[in-house]
Amino acid sequence: MSRTGRLAITAVLFAAAVGLVVFTAMAFLRSSPSTVDFTVGHEPGTPVDMTLQTVGTIGFGIHPTWVSYLTRDPDGQWVHTTLWDLPAHTKVNVTLYQYDTGSPLRNQQLGQIIGTTGGTAAYNGTSESVINSNDGNGVAHTFSIPTLGVSVPLLGISSSAKNPCGAAPCTTNYDHNVITFSFVTPGPGQYPWQCFVPCGLGYLYGNGGPMSTVGYMGGFLEVVA
Amino acid sequence: MSPTPAPNSPQGSGTRHFRRLIPIWLVLSAVCDIVYFFVLGPHVPPGAMTSSASSQQSDFNVLFLTALPVIMAVWVYMGYAIYTWRGSRPGATDPEGGVAARGHLGIQVGWIVSTTVIVLAMFVFGFVELAVPAGAGGGEGPNPLWTPTSKGVLPVQVIGQQWEFTYRYPTFGGFETRDLVLPVDTTIAFHVTSLDVIHDFWAYQLGVKADANPSEDNVAFTTTRQLGAFTVRCDELCGLWHGAMYNFGKVLSKSQFLVWAQSTERTNAANTKNLPAFSYTYVPDANGADGGYYPDSVDPYSNVETYGATTPAK
Repeated sequence: MSRTGRLAITAVLFAAAVGLVVFTAMAFLRSSPSTVDFTVGHEPGTPVDMTLQTVGTIGFGIHPTWVSYLTRDPDGQWVHTTLWDLPAHTKVNVTLYQYDTGSPLRNQQLGQIIGTTGGTAAYNGTSESVINSNDGNGVAHTFSIPTLGVSVPLLGISSSAKNPCGAAPCTTNYDHNVITFSFVTPGPGQYPWQCFVPCGLGYLYGNGGPMSTVGYMGGFLEVVA
Repeated sequence: MSPTPAPNSPQGSGTRHFRRLIPIWLVLSAVCDIVYFFVLGPHVPPGAMTSSASSQQSDFNVLFLTALPVIMAVWVYMGYAIYTWRGSRPGATDPEGGVAARGHLGIQVGWIVSTTVIVLAMFVFGFVELAVPAGAGGGEGPNPLWTPTSKGVLPVQVIGQQWEFTYRYPTFGGFETRDLVLPVDTTIAFHVTSLDVIHDFWAYQLGVKADANPSEDNVAFTTTRQLGAFTVRCDELCGLWHGAMYNFGKVLSKSQFLVWAQSTERTNAANTKNLPAFSYTYVPDANGADGGYYPDSVDPYSNVETYGATTPAK
């Protein structure tokens, strides 16, 4: 083969390799969890029911030891995602099954329930406006939408619970708390939400890993008209 | 055909060109400065919501008003040179260097001296402006050198944490809230600290910017002058959700602020009693980290006050 031919083949192979690297990098950067769409079939003026769970260890995927939220889609299936489409100006009734242990909050200010309907949340049926994280089992996580001024501390289960859930999705056969509250979506837009308890085990200040990865302890509300 | 006289040659005296250039420069500079001062100047960020914002706006205006004549000098000379000594002019010859390409000692000295004076003047002006108006809205550390002279300073503690700011009002029972509300015509002392990594409290329209360092009380002063809303952003990359670390504040009338503060004090009372006693700094507490890693230099269970539980998690 001539020198020109060898050079051409080398150039083509090099270009293909570069293209593959770029494609892989872009695919990785653009990858994201699936979105649960609560707008499909939604009747205007009626509330949306959203069911979530928080688990201490997700138990599957590339980070099985990470703490995580899960979302139940309208078909009743648990989905490992924190991305939701919600209708605008609509009341969202949240039912949250909390399976993780708790501890005192780094900042007890997060113990105050804000931004929910009535400024309260129900914990296993009891309405509260403040959770003292220094008492009892403490707080495991929070459900917070900073730009909407919504924040709800999620009571932890006992660290000596006899039947803790080790892998998601967890069923109500395991030790858990049920937290219910409502909030109203604003106009269309994208709103970040997250847990404010630094629960990233083993990461600096507890805020790396699952706390810094969409799909685990934070995500986005895509509010649509 | 005779060659075109060089600018500094006896035939093309530089003095003649300067007689044209200087009036053009003076007129353009004056027009630009006047237009800038009256049209753009009042709208230059960060506005005039506070004393420090107003001072910063004035500083930007002084800098720009000073820079405009310099910019005009360069542009006018460039435009004049391009037109007057263009290669396509009648009778132009190819450039050959010589007299026209040599330096002019007077112009060089004049340029160096004038720009040096301007830069040094700006340095002194900037340095004084950073200090004189009570630190110009910047964080001065725990022992500010430049403090406001007004009485009745309202202390507001700014607590940065991944990834939000919260605010404590020690003179209203020490309640803590996510809403930053201030009274107008009041000097505010922001005590900025952090519970975890380094953040930066940047209240843009207030002209206040101070780093939030863990275990440090970084004090910044300003005096509110206008009612309205302002934006608070973290200006130090502090993790994935850094971009979401912002909120909005308000400057209210004094009576409205008092109503808000007293109402919030009552509303938050149940949670305020769970907060640690007010302190200018807090040691980040491991509790709540669920095993989060702490640098060796931080003892989360020391006797120093912690922000959160004072005992290790069980």
